[in-house]
Amino acid sequence: METVGEAELLVALRAGEPAAVRGFVHTHRGRMHAVAKRILGSEEEAQEIVQEAFLRAFQSLAQFRGCSKLSTWLHRIVINEALMTLRGRKSRVVEQSIDDLLPRFYDDGHRMAPLPAWSERADLLLLRDELRAVVQRSIDGLPESLRIVLVLRDIEGLDVKETAAMLEVTEGAVKTRLHRARQALRAVLEKELTR
Amino acid sequence: MNDTCRDTIAVLDDYLEHTLAAAQQAVVDGHLRRCPYCRDYFATYRDTVRLSRLAALEPDPADRSDGRDPLGELDELSLRLAEAILRKGSRPS
Repeated sequence: METVGEAELLVALRAGEPAAVRGFVHTHRGRMHAVAKRILGSEEEAQEIVQEAFLRAFQSLAQFRGCSKLSTWLHRIVINEALMTLRGRKSRVVEQSIDDLLPRFYDDGHRMAPLPAWSERADLLLLRDELRAVVQRSIDGLPESLRIVLVLRDIEGLDVKETAAMLEVTEGAVKTRLHRARQALRAVLEKELTR
Repeated sequence: MNDTCRDTIAVLDDYLEHTLAAAQQAVVDGHLRRCPYCRDYFATYRDTVRLSRLAALEPDPADRSDGRDPLGELDELSLRLAEAILRKGSRPS
């Protein structure tokens, strides 16, 4: 929903008032850069994408209907721009199998050879940069088709329907990929945190 | 669904989001009570989702070991971007 503050801001941005434009960019650029970098994995590409996204957003302000917050609208534009760049280079990527990261079962459906729990260790490390780096590296190492669903759903907070629309796949595919991505990431973290 | 590890793990996302039918929810609850392996799997699966979200939070600049000032860099880039937008104008082209 558009708030009164947002309505005033929108008027100022549409009028191209320098203070409003500078303030809006200053407020949102850092977060949008982080979003683009998470999707693309590249600092330089993220910088270009964010610039493109802001310019595109400002040029289409007339079409902004106020059904969401301005920041949400901008967030979706950045994600869209980043995904378009990702699609452009997708054909060059050969994805690795994650089968060895998925749980294995006996014929009767019970699980084989689980490793010890790592929850407590994760809690001890939770707020440290060390753990943040391990998790980020582990996410970056996932196959692209799984990684991108995990980033959009678990980090960027898009729902299943929106993720499916952004990626041009079915909602069922989003759910399946998210489950596989979480399982694979869990297994990678298990290896990292129990060694 | 069957009361097995395979079937329990297959529905963990729905279980986490409380979208399972009551009967399925009861099967999963029962399995997690009885199976320490799946209980551990569920705890670490839930932690994985939580850690993904936390890892995406920007680190406190004061914690950075390389001494760089990311906010300063961003300010400079933000200024340049704002000027580019103002030069182009915000009206539809």
